[in-house]
Amino acid sequence: MPPDKDLLLQMLERMWRIRIFEETVIEIHSSGELQGPAHPYIGQEAVAVGACAALKDTDYIAGNHRSHGHPIAKGGDLGGAMAELLGKSGGYCKGKGGSMHLADFSIGILGESGIVASSVPIATGAALASKQQGKDFISMVFFGDGASNQGACHESMNMASLWSLPVIFLCENNQYAITTSYKNSVSVDHISDRAPAYNMPGVLVDGQDAIAVYEATVHAVERARAGEGPTLIECMTYRFEDHSLGLDRVRDNPYRSDEEVDEWRQRDPIPIHEEAITSTGVVTPEDCAEVQARVRVDVAAALEFARNSPYPEAKELFEDMWAE
Amino acid sequence: MPNMTYMAAIAEATREEMERDESVYLMGEDIRASVYGASAGLFEIFGEDRVIDTPLSENGFFGAAIGSSLVGQRPIVETVTSFFWVGMDQMISQAAKMRYMFGGQAKLPVTWRARMFYARGAAAHHSDRNYNIFMSTPGLKVICPTNPYDAKGLMKTAVRDNNPCLIFEDGIAISSRGEVPANEDLPGGELLVPFGEARIVREGTDCTIVGIAGGVAHAENAAKILEGEGISCEIIDPRTLVPLDKQTILTSVEKTGRLVVVDPAHEVCSVASEISSIVAQEAFWSLQAPIIKVASAQVNVPYSPALEPLVYPTPERVIEAVRETMS
Repeated sequence: MPPDKDLLLQMLERMWRIRIFEETVIEIHSSGELQGPAHPYIGQEAVAVGACAALKDTDYIAGNHRSHGHPIAKGGDLGGAMAELLGKSGGYCKGKGGSMHLADFSIGILGESGIVASSVPIATGAALASKQQGKDFISMVFFGDGASNQGACHESMNMASLWSLPVIFLCENNQYAITTSYKNSVSVDHISDRAPAYNMPGVLVDGQDAIAVYEATVHAVERARAGEGPTLIECMTYRFEDHSLGLDRVRDNPYRSDEEVDEWRQRDPIPIHEEAITSTGVVTPEDCAEVQARVRVDVAAALEFARNSPYPEAKELFEDMWAE
Repeated sequence: MPNMTYMAAIAEATREEMERDESVYLMGEDIRASVYGASAGLFEIFGEDRVIDTPLSENGFFGAAIGSSLVGQRPIVETVTSFFWVGMDQMISQAAKMRYMFGGQAKLPVTWRARMFYARGAAAHHSDRNYNIFMSTPGLKVICPTNPYDAKGLMKTAVRDNNPCLIFEDGIAISSRGEVPANEDLPGGELLVPFGEARIVREGTDCTIVGIAGGVAHAENAAKILEGEGISCEIIDPRTLVPLDKQTILTSVEKTGRLVVVDPAHEVCSVASEISSIVAQEAFWSLQAPIIKVASAQVNVPYSPALEPLVYPTPERVIEAVRETMS
């Protein structure tokens, strides 16, 4: 079933929320206000947004170091995300996790992981719990082409298929693990080609097209909720920025050509989505402009919230270590 | 009072906790076949959702256990200490760090039970005594039961704890039998041994011996012989390394003035190193002799029966160390 107008607009709004959030992050990183590494999601917005649009609040997601897009796509609060990046106590994790560890358990965001592929078994385990508890919650894990080569990924896919777990393996093939092309590190043409080896469906999707990602995910969700097991979805996408803010050595030693970057920038997921939803007349260009304007206000308010949030106090250093 | 083996005590704790709480489940390799003796019959009682034979994928299923614990399950993971290395990413980067990293949002009630066999010709890949590595990692509770009573009581406490717990089942302790009270004879009707409370195995006045895991048995054997020489040893079994009951150790050293720590881990950065450092800093003026560590040699475990016994602590090495502190 195609998404309705509200969902199409929500998808647009969430893509803008990610885009403008990330642009703001780049600005405050350049000005020195934001320290530490941060991995911009710009260019890949359609993947997280299209996939999360097929989920419910009670479903689980887990992600990776390119970590701001997934929680925002799942409906996470912008102020809490920005405050976390600034190490403030108003952040999702009270400033203890930072950019790479955003988590909000109240809406199923089981956390982003800085170790590549490390959250794949975690999401698999959440799906196992769902099955054991007789719940219909499903679990989705975002990982990249680089992570697809980790043992954790292969082990999880084998277990998930063996035990028919309600988990969706959502591979964001942005084509480079820092500087290493997937063409030099993956033994098959596409990561989704590996799915038959685990006896699960493998789907290759245009990751710049939010509606296509949504539709592929809806099928996988239906299958998972019906107890039929996992699906591997590979979204072909591209990160428009470099691997990480502040990693100047990468910028100074180009591993991809300007032509290639320009070509992909022409396939910006936001105009593609706007074009798709306005061309059918469901949504007007004015609706789209209004969404963008609203999000600019929201992100500015998030930054304001983060700036005003206090730093954690020294006494909090030893808090949150142990659960009662 | 029933007398049982160490593994029977573990099996009893497992069954009781699975009966008490349906979120408790068991996973690991060769569980149904009960290759390590702690899971016989559980599959027949609890079924495939709660007694899970896994593929040989430690990093994968350790992570799955962790992920399930985030959303309300309480897995017990059975493995072998040497296979901890295979799943270290999940244990250290996820289990130990998630709660803190996520600002206290996560609860991680995962219990790992690991057979720690050594001194039996299994060579370097099957002889790891690696609790010291985990002791130095913030966020993990580390438990070394040395007798059936503690094995049952600490195991039940671990399963109910909302933090990742690692239980090291020492090969020397595993061969022990001992009395474990029946539930109906216990106040409250169950055996729960609290974490962070050391056990004074034997009282004495001349030298404190802290035994870690299998080191406790060596200390007991040594103390019997030393008693014949007129040397009175006080033996302390910390039982849990995280949390560590420092106070019982310090109080004992303040009384005896001497300390020997018997630790099957490799001597560099061992538990013996840590306890020695604590005592040196906090009870220095009570010491009448240098502290002695009796730990494993800083060498990989060799296969040959001519060489392997030279690596580990033995009662003889403990006796020699105590005599030296007395000289």
